[in-house]
Amino acid sequence: MEIIETLINGLSLGGTYAMIALGYTMVYGIAKMLNFAHGDIIMVGGYTLFVTLSTMGMPILGLALAVVVCVVLGVTVEKVAYKPLRGASPLAVLITAIGVSYLLQSLAQIIFSSAPRMVYVGGQDGLGFVTIGSLKIQKHILITLVCSVVIMVVLSLFVKYTKIGRAMIAVSEDKGAAQLMGINVNMIITITFAIGSALAAFAGFFMLMKSPSLTNTLGAMPGIKAFTAAVIGGIGSLPGAMLGGLFIGLIETIAQVVPGMGAYTVAIEFLVLIIVLLVRPTGILGKKRREKV
Amino acid sequence: MALLEVKDLEVYYGVINALKGISFEVNEGEIVTLIGANGAGKTTTMQSVIGLIPARHGSVIYDGHDITKMPCHKIVHLGMSQVPEGRRIFQELTVYENLMMGAYSQGKKTNFKEDIEKIYDRFPRLKERRNQIAGTLSGGEQQMLAMGRALMSHPKLLMLDEPSMGLSPLLVDQVFEIIKDINKDGTTILLVEQNAGKSLAISDRAYVLETGSIVLSGTGKELAASEMVKKAYLGG
Repeated sequence: MEIIETLINGLSLGGTYAMIALGYTMVYGIAKMLNFAHGDIIMVGGYTLFVTLSTMGMPILGLALAVVVCVVLGVTVEKVAYKPLRGASPLAVLITAIGVSYLLQSLAQIIFSSAPRMVYVGGQDGLGFVTIGSLKIQKHILITLVCSVVIMVVLSLFVKYTKIGRAMIAVSEDKGAAQLMGINVNMIITITFAIGSALAAFAGFFMLMKSPSLTNTLGAMPGIKAFTAAVIGGIGSLPGAMLGGLFIGLIETIAQVVPGMGAYTVAIEFLVLIIVLLVRPTGILGKKRREKV
Repeated sequence: MALLEVKDLEVYYGVINALKGISFEVNEGEIVTLIGANGAGKTTTMQSVIGLIPARHGSVIYDGHDITKMPCHKIVHLGMSQVPEGRRIFQELTVYENLMMGAYSQGKKTNFKEDIEKIYDRFPRLKERRNQIAGTLSGGEQQMLAMGRALMSHPKLLMLDEPSMGLSPLLVDQVFEIIKDINKDGTTILLVEQNAGKSLAISDRAYVLETGSIVLSGTGKELAASEMVKKAYLGG
């Protein structure tokens, strides 16, 4: 029974990572840049949730507001910081993204101080447990798992079957050819940042349900792990990000319950990254792309 | 009446002057060809006209609109379409999905099902392969798909950049036949080709482009008979 519980916990944590990894991978696929400020969008969502809960209560309203704030922030960052650099060297864009990351963290520290804030989504005692037969699972784990699976399914359907979704695939494959179809590439990039940021808001909500302590570096480590997940799955690939996220979540959870391994969780995750990249340099579902001039 | 009027178009890549002020026009119903060697600026001209590369000087008037500074996606919505050099079909999408992308600029006013059947009639091979991933098609099939995709947007002006490149002689003939057919059905054609013989034979008018400037123009017949063209482009 403990094994099944561990697997469910792992998949649930993996769902959170997948939410973040999707943001990285979509932006990489479409804007061809690594948005290292993505993790900090999660943190801003976390503080939005904190402010909503401490003034009005109502976690669902907090999540909704976090989604709105993250979307506005993500789109604004793209317009102000990244768009002027379109066509510039990838290194310039990367440095800018790192700069935006520190800017957001520092702003949060100025506004909320560096002391941890407690965000109790389900009250101070948490959300409690669900018992299915002899399985005893924390409610927040199930909520995270169900929500992230639903979001992944909806996103996959959106990309496959809507006009905008197909335009996203076209832009990720060949920006010039996409423009020749009449696709407004800038609009597609904006939509991509909006979707990625909304997913980051969900990830923040899931993380704070699990552990209520909120600081300005909330998104830093999960951001890096989710980026790892995106690379393991094959950066630019949506199913890859989902698979990679679930994979990293499982590894982390399993390492934590194996006696003596808990301290090496992060090391094991990155070891897996190295092994996967040695065997398949493009990631599990990554495709070799012909670079076009 | 000129459907497309290009005046003194100048394009730079950094400090390199790729187009040195070229002027040409395409009248409604015509087939017009730009011929020239590698690096003459043919593809640059095509990409600049449709808004993929910004022009430094000059103007492009299309169907009464000044499109010189217009972004590509808006120009496409005005009824200009291009089959780019190297086809550039969406490799990961199916044939059907590629054709769907071609209809991206079309609102609800056009009948997608009817349009796609017309494309299948013109290119029966695409119908056979409609659920196949486009990247697995042969070069000829990919060229058909690129042409079909460009036609899905009901273009008034269809621009084709080196449609015969890399195809077998049999397929080259087929491609030129199809271009003639498309033109007969009422679409104006601007063609860029290295295959000067075949393209001049189907052209109403043509221009010769050399290192960023137009050096000669005339009807297709005139140019095919010109000593200079014969020497430089027709291997004789």
